[in-house]
Amino acid sequence: MWLGKLSLNAIPFDQPIPLVAGGVVFLVLLAVIAWIIIRGHLPYLWHEWITSVDHKRIGVMYTILGLVMLLRGFVDAIMMRSQQALAFRAPGYLPPEHYDQVFSAHGTIMIFFAAMPLMIGLMNFAVPLQLGVRDVAFPTFNSTSFWLTATGALLVNISLVIGEFSRAMWLPYPPLSELRYSPGVGVDYYLWSLQIAGVGTLLTGINFVTTILKIRAPGMSYLRMPVFCWTALAANLLIIAAFPVLTATLGMLLLDRYLGFHFFTNAGGGNMMMFVNLIWAWGHPEVYILVLPAFGVFSEVIATFSGKPLFGYRSMVAATMAICLISFLVWLHHFFTMGAGGDVNGVFGIATAIIAVPTGVKIFNWMFTMYGGRIRFTTPMLWALGFTVTFVIGGMTGVLLSVPPADFLVHNSLFLVAHFHNVIIAGVLFGAFAGITYWFPKAFGFRLHEGWGKAAFWFSFAGFYVTFVPLYAVGLLGMTRRLQTYDVAAWRPWVLAAGVGILVLCIALACQVMQFIVSIRQRESLRDVTGDPWNGRSLEWSTASPPPAFNYAVLPNVQGEEPYWEIKRRAIETQQLVAEPDYKSIEMPRNSPTGFITAFFCTITGFALIWHIWWLVGLGLFGAYVVFVWFAWRDREEQIIPADEVARVDRARRRVREQWLAQNAREQWLAAHAETGEPA
Amino acid sequence: MSATEVLRSAHPPDIDPYRVGHGGGHDYATGHGEGGPASKRVIVGYGFWLFLLSDIVLFSCLFAAHAVLQTATAGGPTGPQLFDPRSVALETACLLTSSFTCGLSAVAAGARNQLWTQVFLLVTGVLGLSFLLLEAHDFAAMMARGASPQVSAFWSSFFAVVGCHGSHVTVGLLWLGTMMAQVFFKGFRPSIMRRLVCFNLFWHMLDIIWVALFTIVYLIGEGR
Repeated sequence: MWLGKLSLNAIPFDQPIPLVAGGVVFLVLLAVIAWIIIRGHLPYLWHEWITSVDHKRIGVMYTILGLVMLLRGFVDAIMMRSQQALAFRAPGYLPPEHYDQVFSAHGTIMIFFAAMPLMIGLMNFAVPLQLGVRDVAFPTFNSTSFWLTATGALLVNISLVIGEFSRAMWLPYPPLSELRYSPGVGVDYYLWSLQIAGVGTLLTGINFVTTILKIRAPGMSYLRMPVFCWTALAANLLIIAAFPVLTATLGMLLLDRYLGFHFFTNAGGGNMMMFVNLIWAWGHPEVYILVLPAFGVFSEVIATFSGKPLFGYRSMVAATMAICLISFLVWLHHFFTMGAGGDVNGVFGIATAIIAVPTGVKIFNWMFTMYGGRIRFTTPMLWALGFTVTFVIGGMTGVLLSVPPADFLVHNSLFLVAHFHNVIIAGVLFGAFAGITYWFPKAFGFRLHEGWGKAAFWFSFAGFYVTFVPLYAVGLLGMTRRLQTYDVAAWRPWVLAAGVGILVLCIALACQVMQFIVSIRQRESLRDVTGDPWNGRSLEWSTASPPPAFNYAVLPNVQGEEPYWEIKRRAIETQQLVAEPDYKSIEMPRNSPTGFITAFFCTITGFALIWHIWWLVGLGLFGAYVVFVWFAWRDREEQIIPADEVARVDRARRRVREQWLAQNAREQWLAAHAETGEPA
Repeated sequence: MSATEVLRSAHPPDIDPYRVGHGGGHDYATGHGEGGPASKRVIVGYGFWLFLLSDIVLFSCLFAAHAVLQTATAGGPTGPQLFDPRSVALETACLLTSSFTCGLSAVAAGARNQLWTQVFLLVTGVLGLSFLLLEAHDFAAMMARGASPQVSAFWSSFFAVVGCHGSHVTVGLLWLGTMMAQVFFKGFRPSIMRRLVCFNLFWHMLDIIWVALFTIVYLIGEGR
């Protein structure tokens, strides 16, 4: 009674796999927390990270969350591949109701809690630095966004041991997701985690659009912003326009499930195709929310490691904004088979094919950036090169799917699954890894180990092809997605090949983990003192690594498209840094536990809603309101960093830069001239 | 100070302090082009506008759902059978007037007048509360005559879109109460002034949504 639907039966004692997996994760978590408390790290964590409103720290936390959840989603992938490898004319080891939870969780986790945090993490870290400013528009909201995303991820993981997760696929299509066909708490876990995380994402969107449009260093006009900032702007505009659609749609489904509404039910005149339309009106822009920032990362990486300015900067900006717009006009291609008629399908098919044009512009721009450049094949550059090749293949299968008659043949087949993994893994995931290896030295002051990084790339690259090319083939042979068991002999070799592919990807994962372990252990030899380890071109490389809390002692005065490159060239030519500025004290936002406490109450409220524990819902909402008032009541929002402290930090940076200038003067000067083609 | 004096003193003849006005030097105004970071007031207002736009997108989904389910009454009562146009007109009058008094509170706050700010905020709140009570009364009357969200998809979408607006007004009232307390205890310091701007924007947006709701749900619905 007091606990709603919750009872001891909610713990799946009869299902050893989730119980053991959940138990192990729980024990590891407990061990980590115990270690933190015993070693006395808790105050440090609380003051420096959990309550931090520093965009760089929040970016790092987002990235860590994304990587951890990527691991969780990858375990689901291993389970699906191994189940299908075993389930030829056999039941395999995962019963259907568990297998359905696994593929639903895999999609949900990978999109919402791995890919999104990774991209938002990179934006958080790099955008304010690239714009030459000190923080985002709303630092406390930024922290709140992160903790709300973490709340969503936490609820999804709680479903592993308390109750169950949704079996209604990663987008819960009604009527399957309605109460009548999914009476358990699985769909409710899905819905409330996404509603809570969705609010966090919406706040992020508002925060970053405001930051990029309203807070830039003096002189940083729109057409001087690095392309990563442009793609971040486009992605966040899409978040503002698309995420409310997700919230509204899932809200309607919640009303159906909790209060007996008839939006999408069979009975009462509900219209389930409306759900499919609405969810994809969010879902297709979401694809570009994920991949546009990755395009931005590749633009930065390719320009830096080709030693050239980005080719066709303005066309890159135009292509980005074109994609931003067209991404809202193609959602129907996710259900050509709905029966909207030839005309409607034709319009959406053509719009879908058209979106390949700006993407093609980008690919050519990257190729022309590399053309004639002095390419350095570092780990981030390898990810970028692997992306260009692989993404083109994924793009072409996408154009193939945009033709409605062709789409009818492979609809819901593994061909489709191979297609979207092709673009999401090669686009978003490779982009995230490129971004992480590229900005890691900026965040921590030392590089990641190149050997392990390159091994991780090559195994990922090969593993991707070994896994997904067979899925393309078996999809053409007619194998549909989400099969728990099958009995067509012709499919078997391809399914087994994909099973081998996932083993290769496991090796890639091991290399990634080794890359971090080895890099941290060898950090002294990988140390970068200059703050500019890659010979970078945009502003973030002009400050120290890791940057001070205030990023820049004095806001840079931007005079061109590649401000830092210009500053560097001038310094090398004149053999001195610009004159020391007049340091002033800096006002920075104070750290605040608001985000963490809000998320705490949201976790409680979300959990109570899932289990129908109504008094706890009331308590959680009341707690949230109290936090709101308490936060509004605060008197001091800012702290002052005195001018002396600013001067001390910046003088240390200048000393290092001067040493670097003296050491590398001659070769840098020669290299700079060779790259620009001027006579030395 | 009388209300008219407050009104007059809120319009000092000085120039636009945040350079958000039009014409001349746009590129070098802060927050534009090459002008460097914008002032905090502009940042907060701008961010809140973006939030309101996202909220309008949310409402537009509910409107779309209502349009799709317009005829899906599943044999139950239809809208025109149960709508009470006079009550809806009264609700409209309450809400639109509350928007006007909300604007007056902004004028009073601009003149840093504690008394009139509180008075106009209070009037706004009372009108908002009357709107809510009328709406609740409407809902109860309709339910008594056989309408409820469980009856048909049409009524599901009706109660969802009108109810979503109503819950926004409820949250607005909670916020309004908090703002009155803040103005009373903390005075007109910059952070409070920024919040008042946001609250005003929010309250006016509720009006805009209501105008759309009145047109699409009640007027067009009545004509079917």
